This record gives sequence, C-alpha cells and structure tokens, in this order.
Amino acid sequence: MGHTDGPPQSVRPAGADSAPVLPSPVLSVRTLTKRFPGVVANDGISLDFHAGETHVLLGENGAGKSTLIGMLAGMLRPDAGEILVQGSPVRILTPRQSLDLGIGTVFQHMLLVPSLSVIENLMLGGPWWQRLARGAAYRRFAELSECLGISLDPDLPVGHLSLGQQQQVEILRALWRDTRVLILDEPTSMLTPQGVRDLSAVLCRLCSQGVAIVLVTHKLAEAYDLGDRVSVLRQGRLVGGIAADEHRGMTEAQMTDQVIAMMFDPAHAPMADERAILLGRGNVHAPSVRRGAAPCLEVRNISTMPRTAAHGLQGVSFDLRPGEVLGIAGVDGNGQKQLAEVIAGQRAPSSGTVLVGGKDVTQGDVAARRNAGIRYVTDDRLGEGTVGSLSVAINLLLKNVGAEPFWHRGIADWARIRQAARDDIQRHDIRTRSEQTLLAKLSGGNIQKVLLARELGKAEGDVKVIVFSKPTHGLDLHNAQLAHRRIRESAAAGRGIVLLSTDLDELLTLSDRIGVLFQGRLVGIVDNGPGAGAAIGRLMTGAVAA
Amino acid sequence: MLTQPFLVALLFGAVTAGVPLLLAGMGEQISEKAGVLNIGIEGMMLLGAYCGFVAAYYSGSFALGFLAGGLGGMAVASLVALLCVRLGLNQIVIGIALTLGAEGLTALLHHFQFSRTYPRLDEAPVLALPLLADLPILGPALFAHNPLVYVSVALVAFLGWAFRHTYAGLNLEAAGVKPAALDAAGISVVGTRIGAVLATGFLAGVGGAYLANVGAGLFVPFMTHGAGFIGIVLAMLARGKPLWVLIGAALFGLSLALTTALQVAGINIPTDIVQMLPFALIMLVLVVFARHSVLPAALGLPYERGER
Repeated sequence: MGHTDGPPQSVRPAGADSAPVLPSPVLSVRTLTKRFPGVVANDGISLDFHAGETHVLLGENGAGKSTLIGMLAGMLRPDAGEILVQGSPVRILTPRQSLDLGIGTVFQHMLLVPSLSVIENLMLGGPWWQRLARGAAYRRFAELSECLGISLDPDLPVGHLSLGQQQQVEILRALWRDTRVLILDEPTSMLTPQGVRDLSAVLCRLCSQGVAIVLVTHKLAEAYDLGDRVSVLRQGRLVGGIAADEHRGMTEAQMTDQVIAMMFDPAHAPMADERAILLGRGNVHAPSVRRGAAPCLEVRNISTMPRTAAHGLQGVSFDLRPGEVLGIAGVDGNGQKQLAEVIAGQRAPSSGTVLVGGKDVTQGDVAARRNAGIRYVTDDRLGEGTVGSLSVAINLLLKNVGAEPFWHRGIADWARIRQAARDDIQRHDIRTRSEQTLLAKLSGGNIQKVLLARELGKAEGDVKVIVFSKPTHGLDLHNAQLAHRRIRESAAAGRGIVLLSTDLDELLTLSDRIGVLFQGRLVGIVDNGPGAGAAIGRLMTGAVAA
Repeated sequence: MLTQPFLVALLFGAVTAGVPLLLAGMGEQISEKAGVLNIGIEGMMLLGAYCGFVAAYYSGSFALGFLAGGLGGMAVASLVALLCVRLGLNQIVIGIALTLGAEGLTALLHHFQFSRTYPRLDEAPVLALPLLADLPILGPALFAHNPLVYVSVALVAFLGWAFRHTYAGLNLEAAGVKPAALDAAGISVVGTRIGAVLATGFLAGVGGAYLANVGAGLFVPFMTHGAGFIGIVLAMLARGKPLWVLIGAALFGLSLALTTALQVAGINIPTDIVQMLPFALIMLVLVVFARHSVLPAALGLPYERGER
C-alpha cells in the first residue's frame, strides 16, 4: 500500500489479487464536526474507508453527506475532529492537498470546463509556467481508459459530450494521479439507466484494483447493488451502518428495512410509495384516469425553434385525459422545458396547436391559458416561479396582481391579501415567520409549497390541466412526499397532469403513461407497468421505440 | 492624394497609434480570459504613461521608461487584484473609479513636477530592420520603428502559442469559464486571476509609456484619450485570439493616423470630424460584430469556494 511506488502507472498496482482481509483503513475520519450558521452539518462523525471496498454513505438531502465530502476534498474546513490517511493525521485545507493525498473526488455538479477538450480538462492543474505535456497525457489517458473500459475521444470539447460521458471524464480526472480513494457524490442522479450500468462496471473494476470507493447517494437500491458497506447519516450524525460481511449475507428487503429505520424519524417514516421511490423499484400506482372522457389537453404536432444549448421540439403530439398522469422522461435538455413552456403559453411554437378541452388556445398568452384551465408549476422556482424580494403574501397572488377582489381599481386591499395569505399558509403548511416574510428567506421545500399553493389552490375558475416540471427536484423526502401527494390528489380530482421529470423512479411511481423526449422528439409513449422502466431507459438513449 | 509621403506618414502613424492599442488589447484579453473585466485599464495606461515619461525624462533611457511604465500600470492593477479579485467587489465600479482616480492623480503629479510646462523627450531610438527597411513605402512605414514595436508584435505570436500550449493557458481558460473546475483541480482561482490582472497592468502600462515617450514625446494629462477603452473593445471582439487583437489594433491605428495624415496631405476637413473617426468606427464595428463576440461564462463574477 506504499504510495511512493514510482510515477503513476496504473490506477493501482493490481498485484494483490485477493481482497485484503481488513488491513488498516486507507482513510479515516475521527469525530469530524462542521457547523454552518444555525446548523451542525456534521456532528462528530467517525468512519473508516478500506481499500478495495465500496463504502456507501446514505442519507436524505441535508443529512450532511455533501459536507463530509467537501471536507475530504478540501473544499470545506472541519471545525473539529481529524482526518487520517493510512493511520497518520493530515490536514486538508485546499483541494490541492486532498489531491496530493491520493483522494480524487467526483462532485455532484459537473466540474469540467466545457470549452476545453477532454484531454485538456484532464491536464488542468499542472505548473503554470510549463508547456503542456500532451504526449504523457495521451499515454495516461489510453492507459486509464483501457483500465476502466471507457472509450472517449480525447480531443472532443467536453461541452459536446453527454452527461454520462462527462461523468466518465470526471472519474478519469479523479483517478488521474495516483489515487487511492475515489469519492463520488450522487453520481447517478443525471444518468440514464444504461449510464448507471456503465458506471457500476467501472466501479467494480476499480474496486478489484484496490481503490477505496466512497459513494454518496440517497437511493437504497444503489446502496444495495453497489456497496460493500453502508453508513447512514441523519441530520449530521452517523446513525448506523451495515458492515461488509453483514451486508453480503442480507437480502435487499432486509437491508432496506434496516436502513429505512435508521434514515428516518418515526414521525416522518415514508409511506409505501415513497419507499418504492427510495428503492428505485417502485410501481404502486393507483390509476385515476377516466378512459371514456374526452381529452382535456391535446398537443398537436408542436415544433419550436432550437435555442443555443437546447433542442427545439419537433412534431410533438399527445392527448391527455382527465385524471391521467402523463409522465415525460428524458435526460435534461432534450426539450422538456420547451414543452412545458409551450403548454403554459410562455413560448410560442413555430408550428402546431394546443387544445384545452377541445378549444384551440395556441394563440393565447399565459393569462389566456390560465383562464382556459392550465396551471404550470415550474422547476425554476426562484427564477420564474416566484420573486424572492417580495413577501410570501404577494407571491401567493403573483398571477392575480391588480385583479379583484384583492385590488380595487389598482389599489391594494392589504387586509384581504394578508388574510388570504394566512389561510393559504395554514392550509398548505408553509413554514414561514409570517405572511410578510420575504420569499427568499424560505427553504426550498417551503418555496415549492408556496408555488403549489398558488397554482393548485382554491384557484378561481376551472382547472383542467396541470404541468409539473421536476416537482421534487432538490426537495428533502418529506417535502417530496407532500408534492407527490398533491399530484395524486389533483389527478384523483379529475385533472390531467403532465409530469416532466428526470427522476425515472418518480415517473414510474406516479404516471399512467410515460413519454420519452429525445433531442426534441417524443420518441415513444409507454404504458406504465412491469418492464416499463427498461423500455424507457432504451428510449432515453435514442433507441427506436420497441 | 495617395502620394508616397502621404502613404508613408499614414502607415507609420498607424503603427505608432496602434501599438498602445495592441498592448492594451492583449492585456485586456488576458484578464478577460481569466474572467476579470478590467475596466480600469485606461487608468493603468495613464499611470504607465506618466511613470514611463518621468523615468525616461530623468534617466534618458527609453528602455527604463517602458519598464517604469509597466510597473506603473501594475500598481493600478494591484488595486484591481486586491479589490475585485481578492475581495470580490464589483469590477465595473472599481474599474471606473480607478480610471478616474488615475486621471486625477497623474494630472496632479504632473502639475507638481512640471508646473505648466510640457518638456519633451529626445527622439525615440529607431531600429531599422535590415533589408525590410529598404522596401519602398513599406520599409520606412513599417520597419523603421522603436524596438518595442517588434517586441509587441512578437508578443502576439507568443501569447497565441502560450494560450494553447502551456498550463498557464489552460488555467486562464478554466478561470474564466468554470472557475470551480480549476479550484477542484488544485489551482488557486484567485491566484490565477491576480497573475492575469498584473500581466494586464504591465502590458497596459508599457502601452501607455509608448504612447507618451514614442508617440507624443511628452506627457499631457488625460493623454490616453480612451485608448484603454478601445483595448477593451478589441479584446471583446477578438474572442480570445491575439491575432485578432493585432488586426483590430491595426484597423483602429489606421483610423487614428488618418487624422495626422490628412493634415499632412493638406486636405481641408475640419479636424474635429477627423478625430471622431476612430470612435465612429468603434460603434460601427460593435454594431456589426458585437453579437458574434463570445465572452467567458464567468466574466465579471468573483469566485468564492463552495459557491457553485
């Protein structure tokens, strides 16, 4: 395990052919603590990471996983506790020190320079006064690629690669030096099912070569499939774990029960369908679609102009019946945003028509669509959904500003506005100091509740269609549950739902049918049921509809 | 009108007027590549011009003058580095403040030093390139200049090479497009940007010193006349390619030189109109080309670790 065995030749000398019988850990943390204003993000965490083992860190959003990773990667400084590399304490104050200690990190958000080529991204970090050592870099690239079974064109700009390929570049970069510990933060969140399979193959190979892998995730199925050892974080504390030998002897169901018991407060324990989402195996949908009814939304042959970095829509058509949930799957950037905006009236299509309840609303603007019964819950909650510098009360009425009964001839009736806001805050359990609080001060989950309250609230008029764009993106499990409940309630009330999401498990749990957008085309619509996940996965990569 | 003396005067003047723009444009390009919008470059040129002039005036050495000019530019740049890069203050506000500050400071220093006189330097040394200088028209116009002119043009080629083939080039690109990626690769974003800003200051200061010592032969307050701002425009239009800065600087140098050349030719156009020419040209060029300019994604944004 010496780290002075010459220049980086391979990821790790693959000489030791059997998995080591628990030698001293490569990397350990002891009572590591990190505080942010108002929260203890990591509270006395002690963990060991062993060579040749995949150690899964499980936990909800906000459990402190990313904070722990940040401290190991040198992006954050611990307030207390120590980090040991092969038994000796080290201080990691900068990313450079982390790299020098043999810790490579793949962050949750891609950290690549899109305008540089693959090989240039990998070379980043050399001494600035020197010429680029391209020859050596190409050799290292070939060696690592072969080692991991990755095939990429090293001269392609990174901006032209798919997200899965970009992640492969990130893994290559994390392994570029003589890396002993590879940390991956939520590596599957943006991948297609095929991409996840490729990733797990790469991780297996690395493990067998003696690299210690730290995998951060909130999905239990991944923890079971990929992990040798599992540790569970909750609210900044290490609340339990499953050791390697224990893990080997367990069925998935056993492990799941144990881990869920550790992950959640009994008060917030997930319901059956949320468990299904956590497991990534979900299919507990109770359909409320009214088959005989006339479609409430018809989208006919919609096309839009392509914009930079996003695909335009090409001839997208579908029908939506009352009570139906139509999921729209696809890797981000394949036209989801355009489709949602065309339906909501925020973007004019270059051709095609949108009919609501049989009435052509293609020419109507946002207000006209709203009157026709369309509601749109955007994923860009702070950007276009709400105004952070205005109060919660005004944000709840943002689409009715100036209208009766809250305004009389342009003069605001504050008493009435605030009363209505207080009602909404109570009904939707929005956690805010008061209705006067600025919206930006709310947490992400509560901002989503404001948005849902506005779009789904007692709402004037007759709501026929609701478009949800990534409704649970960035929410913790409890708030995601609430959002899912609202979607099901809306469908049960006979509204047509268009659910755009990049989370396949969410779609499989909530949808009746699932369409797949690929490069702006709706390449297929699959009835939800057994095997739907695999069919959608194939469509997402551009394979022709089965 | 297209007589030999006219053409020689025009081209010679274009080079003289273009070199400060070229140096400022290349300097600004380095900053912009690294993600710093360096509005204060006008102030860097002005302090460079003053320091360069004073050094050359008292030492009699033009080389020392250029060096002092570069250091003067770096002095202003170090404020940009401290306030904008290190402390993350608004780059536009600080840039404007530094330009105005340098205008006032140099005018004040000049007044203390020389009162109301404007002493001149001796004729700047000229290096006539062998063979090339003997060409008709082109020879005296392009190949009989102060050595700094050739150094500046060589610098274009060097920068073009360095941007593509050194780690420094990669670091600059990453600092401007995705600073967090550079940070994660173990290179300090702040350090990279400070280096870029100081290099900008040096080049702009040398450009200012050339303007005073070679172009005019004397220092006059406010003498840069927007040369730094033209440099910013050149850098923005050049999309990170030094060769395009050279082409742009030649074009603007030519339009500046027309002012003098038309007077030499005895053409009777009001000088005020002729002096508007370069700025009218800027607006025209911006209208035609500006939408094609591609600026780094993180331009103007301070970097703080952990904020992604």
